[in-house]
Amino acid sequence: MDTQTQAYSGRAPDRTRRSTRQVLGVVLFLAFVFGVVPAFIAATGRWDFYYTLTSVALLSVAAAGVWLTFYIGRINIGQGAYALAGGYVSTILMTQGGVSFWLTLPLAGLFCALISVLIGWPILRLRGVYFAMVTLVLTEVARLTALALPITNGAKGITSIPLPGGVSVMGVTLIPDFATLENPRQAFYFVAVTVMVLVYLVLWRIVNSRLGHLCRSLQQNEELSASIGVNTAWLRVLAYAISSFFGGVAGAMFVSISQSIYPSSFVVQDSVNFMLYCFVGGLGYVFGPMLGTLLLYFGWDLLQVAGQYQLLIYSGTMIALMLVLPNGVLSLFDRKGAGK
Amino acid sequence: MEQIIANGLYLGAQYALIALGLTLIFSLMNVLNFAHGQMYVFGGFVCYTVVAQLGMPFILGLVASALVLGVMGALIERFLFRPVIRRSKRDESTMLLAAGIAFFLDAVILLLFGEKQRGVPKIVNGVFNWDFRLIMPYDRILIGVLAIALIAGFILFMQYSKAGRAMRALAQDRMAAQLMGVDVDRYSMIGFAMGAMLAGLVGALLVTITGVNLGMGGPTSVKAFLMIMIGGASVISGAIAGGFILGMMESVGLSVLSSYGDVTYLVIFATLMVFLAIRPQGLMGKPWG
Repeated sequence: MDTQTQAYSGRAPDRTRRSTRQVLGVVLFLAFVFGVVPAFIAATGRWDFYYTLTSVALLSVAAAGVWLTFYIGRINIGQGAYALAGGYVSTILMTQGGVSFWLTLPLAGLFCALISVLIGWPILRLRGVYFAMVTLVLTEVARLTALALPITNGAKGITSIPLPGGVSVMGVTLIPDFATLENPRQAFYFVAVTVMVLVYLVLWRIVNSRLGHLCRSLQQNEELSASIGVNTAWLRVLAYAISSFFGGVAGAMFVSISQSIYPSSFVVQDSVNFMLYCFVGGLGYVFGPMLGTLLLYFGWDLLQVAGQYQLLIYSGTMIALMLVLPNGVLSLFDRKGAGK
Repeated sequence: MEQIIANGLYLGAQYALIALGLTLIFSLMNVLNFAHGQMYVFGGFVCYTVVAQLGMPFILGLVASALVLGVMGALIERFLFRPVIRRSKRDESTMLLAAGIAFFLDAVILLLFGEKQRGVPKIVNGVFNWDFRLIMPYDRILIGVLAIALIAGFILFMQYSKAGRAMRALAQDRMAAQLMGVDVDRYSMIGFAMGAMLAGLVGALLVTITGVNLGMGGPTSVKAFLMIMIGGASVISGAIAGGFILGMMESVGLSVLSSYGDVTYLVIFATLMVFLAIRPQGLMGKPWG
């Protein structure tokens, strides 16, 4: 009895300690990406890192979506399709509808979520490799559709997309016009990182909510969770829609940075890469895809010095990583907390 | 019309052979082999090296491709897939490994053989011409017949040999097969080697007609996935059916839909998604594979 009360009373401070540690971690992370990284770049003069890191941030947003579908036990190799769709929606709204970029960003996400519900409803009944292969095919479908439709301008794509405009509320400029900035790269970096932080906060919140627990039950045993009254069909469509929303937003941002979009902007290779980012980081960890994206994308960039051996070293490292840490890089930190 | 059917059969025979290897690996180990297309390209390059550079007869090139890829498959299974499958928490981890191997093979091909399109000279000259209704070069006919012979040989092997029986038992129920005294590790390795060997053989066959280049690997893998989805994964008859159906659809589509531009594959993909929504396990697959 005595030990039991001790155990219970010991729980509350433990939890607060843990949440303070989490808050501290988030603050440190924010300080790092918004303060240390720009300072480092300014000090070293490697302005090209901005582009790389912006790409990392955006790719990790799309990878977050893939991770969420992994979380309900589905292998999603179709995120490229939604990134492409999001990019096209944003571009067409901007160039033909004259809509502000900042408005097209959520609209692109919503559009992707909507089509993902239509597509996901039938195909989410598939499992395992079947679902993986259908989503892989979906990326090809998106590319071929973009080639065939008149509005997307076929293989020529859409180029010279305007930079994001300014946003001001009642005379106060919230976001300056990107075209007037002397360093749009840095601005894009800040926007991308903000989007990334928001997305991962949302993801973390989802995973640690009732919805997250339900998703986990789907991952472990779908029949069992359906038998105790979980609406599995609705849940997996919801998770897939959120995932596609992330994909669309990332795609739209990416396009506005490169100021051009082609049917080959996101191909099967990209979809496979999103999946790999999740694997490398670790499927069991919310921040796995972020770390995986950073390692793989940045690593690939750094390996450029290896010249023709770049791909060999890159893939060799990936295989070695798989042999040493088959459950992702973040499983390294698991051993300390193995007792729980 | 005869021309379309003949083209479809010719394509289908090769596709079926690719799909057979993929489905064999998948049914034995539950691994989706992303590197299958790269293995196929590798086989083509081995054949090219033996035939065009060393000046050996074509049949030797075929044998060399089969051997090299078979050994490669066995090594990949023994030293890469086996430890990862044993230690990883989730089955999907093998996909990263497979994708990593695909990249790795791409890099090796690039370093060993370069990025140029390679082909070997025609092995048989002449064109079969039936009243201009059906025109087919003899070498295509030969390759088609060889592919069908290989498929038949593969089926016979799986049906009647001891190894084939063991592998079929493994595919049905790994645990039960192990309890019945099947050496699971050994036959997984043999199965993977055979799957890789089939991919290499198709590459070697096709290098005489279309040639090979580095970029062919990925698209070939995607096509192979399509085939085993149509027929149903982990079923041998399904892979063959899927291969022939895709070959036929491609051949018909290319001639019927050509007036609408390059939409054949879009139509095939769309049809496939509707089909899978109705019948998720493919034509002959077990539900939930």
